Amino acid sequence: MSLLSVDSLVLRHGLLEAVRGVSLQIEPGEVLSLVGANGAGKTTLLRGLAGAHRPASGTISFDGQDITRMPAHRRVRQGIALVPEGRRLFANLTVEENLLVARRGAAPGRWDVEAVYAALPMLGPLRRRRAATLSGGEQQATAIGRALMTNPRLLLIDELSLGLAPVAIDDVYASLRGVIGDGMTVLLVDQDFSRAAAISDRVVCMLEGRFVLAGKAAELTREQITEAYFGLHDRGVVA
Amino acid sequence: MEPQTDTRTGAAPEPAAALAAGQVSRWTRLSAGFTGGLGVVVLLLALVPVAMGATLVQDLTTLLILVLMATMWNALAGYGGLVSVGLQAYIGLGAYATVWFSLQGVDPYWGMVLATLFCAVVALPLSFLVLRFRGAQFAIGTWVVAEAIGIYVGLDNQLGAGTGISLVQLDSYATSTREHITYWLTLALTTFFSVIVFMLLRGRLGASLQAIRDDEQAAASVGVRVVSAKRILFILASAGCGAAGAMTAANILFVQPTAIFSVNYSAFMIFMVLVGGIGTFEGPIVGAVILYFIQQQFGNDGTWYLIGLGAVAILFAVFLPRGLWGLLEERTGLRFMPLGYRVRRRARELR
Amino acid sequence: MTWVNDVVQGILLGGYYGIIACGLALMFGVMRIINLAHGDIAVLGAYLMYLLLEHWNVSPFIALIPVLPVMLALGYVLQRLILQRSLRSGVLTPLLATFGVSIVIQNALEQGFGPDVQSLGGQTGSLVTAAWQINSQVSIAALSALIFGAAVVIYGALQFFLARTAAGRRMRAAAEDPDTAELVGIDSRAVYARATAIAVGIATIGGLALALRTTFSPYAGPDQLIFAFEAVVIGGLGASLWGALLGGIVLGVAQTVGAQINPEWSVLAGHIVFLVVLVSPRGGLLTLRSGGGGGARAALQRLRAS
Repeated sequence: MSLLSVDSLVLRHGLLEAVRGVSLQIEPGEVLSLVGANGAGKTTLLRGLAGAHRPASGTISFDGQDITRMPAHRRVRQGIALVPEGRRLFANLTVEENLLVARRGAAPGRWDVEAVYAALPMLGPLRRRRAATLSGGEQQATAIGRALMTNPRLLLIDELSLGLAPVAIDDVYASLRGVIGDGMTVLLVDQDFSRAAAISDRVVCMLEGRFVLAGKAAELTREQITEAYFGLHDRGVVA
Repeated sequence: MEPQTDTRTGAAPEPAAALAAGQVSRWTRLSAGFTGGLGVVVLLLALVPVAMGATLVQDLTTLLILVLMATMWNALAGYGGLVSVGLQAYIGLGAYATVWFSLQGVDPYWGMVLATLFCAVVALPLSFLVLRFRGAQFAIGTWVVAEAIGIYVGLDNQLGAGTGISLVQLDSYATSTREHITYWLTLALTTFFSVIVFMLLRGRLGASLQAIRDDEQAAASVGVRVVSAKRILFILASAGCGAAGAMTAANILFVQPTAIFSVNYSAFMIFMVLVGGIGTFEGPIVGAVILYFIQQQFGNDGTWYLIGLGAVAILFAVFLPRGLWGLLEERTGLRFMPLGYRVRRRARELR
Repeated sequence: MTWVNDVVQGILLGGYYGIIACGLALMFGVMRIINLAHGDIAVLGAYLMYLLLEHWNVSPFIALIPVLPVMLALGYVLQRLILQRSLRSGVLTPLLATFGVSIVIQNALEQGFGPDVQSLGGQTGSLVTAAWQINSQVSIAALSALIFGAAVVIYGALQFFLARTAAGRRMRAAAEDPDTAELVGIDSRAVYARATAIAVGIATIGGLALALRTTFSPYAGPDQLIFAFEAVVIGGLGASLWGALLGGIVLGVAQTVGAQINPEWSVLAGHIVFLVVLVSPRGGLLTLRSGGGGGARAALQRLRAS
């Protein structure tokens, strides 16, 4: 059975239909990359899956349970965590406090502060630092750690490498590989789609709120993705 | 009467974006007719004392004062985003300034006009003080100012100190003459301030305020002078409430500090605007009429009456924050007074 | 020497203002709501204790024990039923809602208890009259000292709660970014309701202090609200949690010294100090005002565990 199953999901910002009836299945242990230009609806879709954005129509089920109307904090307990775009750390809390606040609403599981420090070694020395004083890469690692603290079965990551220095991007991807190696199911959004595709099993391409291309990461060519990204692809096709 | 495109809205980011997709207009045929109709209403109201009895004249004076107060509170809160719990400062000052000018030998009716101006003058320096507050702080900060002024006035023996003072100078007028003049002056002042609000909001200030309401920082960054726009509204509302206070003094002929500086005036203003519809031109008028009839019916029931007012205010804040007129506009799509902006074609999705 | 006594009494009075201001500052810091019914809630608490004492001849401090949980629940419900809903339409709508609550409480109290002033001071026995005579001019009343001590304990406890406990951390997180807090499993609405409950609980203790040290009537609330607000602003709009207590002390001293000059000037002197602090370039004793009151929220965050 699929871990996540989305059917004809529609998400709106006022009059604007940001996600226009998308359907999606993610299997346990799968890593899926979602690519698309700015404004394609990726962030809105992720926020919709996490419960931060109420769907206008369609359904979302997680592990066989309908969670379409479930508020965000309860989805966390079911095992869905979002690493939001821009990290959105609690700037005035320390790194460790940022991790600890995520513990209460968490699903049962193995992650705790020490496990996060083990998985993301760069965080250990920073534990007493205020989040506002961290570099971009450190913030992203904290945000991933904070999401892990909730013991997710599905990790949604929005714009993993945006705004990070090249070295920091390597670090963050290395950390993510470690997490994926443990069997985590991940839905990843990143502008750097060749990097994202490299760690993914599957790639879905989004354009103007719809899926326009989907396939195994190994089988899709860069040209196919580029065409879909810019809307050069035949729009009727939903693979 | 073709709809006109108003390019001044370019000051506001959102309407500017909407311009790209549709056509922005404010005058509809209906609203033009309505504005004309309002002129007729004012004319008819002016004729009331000639045709009707004294009770009606006094009641209408009370109603017009309520309309003026509600319109002023709404100008500040509904358009400026400045929710105040302290406009009673100017109601009290307007009333006491009227008494003071009368004591100096000025004709009381001229005193009322001077008192109105006096409130505007006082509001200017005070605006530098209270406009440092944002949001909820402004509400209570202005309240402290009102309390301080109220206490200060209450210490003045020449003005009757805590026990209050009568506006005896009005006794030089025959009763019916006095009531008529009071009524006409109230009508004139209420109309004057309503028209000022209307003109200001239709002009540059309205566009600026719209922009500020949408996004204050963005508005500031495209050159909208946020503070000066708010200051104009604050001074206007203060002067209007000063006029309302002066007319209250003329209507009840007696002022007493704790009563005229009472925070209950704010309660009434909030009630009228919240129930009528905040941020609409017509809402406060509707709210004033409603409060007037509630006062007529239940005003003698004391605490239960006020409990009811408070409860209704809570219900409106929670369930119907746009008020009755807002609901009407929402349901019917009608806009009578051309103050808001209508995008004629539905804005295309922009991204 | 009489000045010394005025200042001492003012500082002790500031303890009372600090208690009243504490809940106001907490609600503003966490939710950006200024609760215009805050003073009326304190008075409501005082009346509930008065009601109990009419039937049982116990100490007012004992009466606080059953009243406190009732008021905590009331705060929780107030947030859930009224404030949370009104927050949907912007930060100013809760202000209007709380003003409605204020009017309802005042008039309901008058309806229930009549307009007469009451006091619980008579039921505390020797506590009201006991005093330490420091010298010929300065004496410290036991009750004033107790209230001041209670203020220090309340501020200390709240700081400990926010800085050192898991629930306090979650409150700081929800205060900073309620949407993101939801995404890490925090029920922001429940946290808000808890914050309001705590604020109402502290206001109830303030109500007890009010009822012990002086008289109260159904319409005593707005004055307490204004004093609380002045304390918060003088203290720097929550630049730190303790700022509100410090602001309360400044207000208390201003009032007692003002009263010494002219008894009618007591409250006015407090207002004037408030306005002077407001016009001063720094606009608050403890804060550089950056963008109007972001300070309060930031201050709560800064109370992090170290």
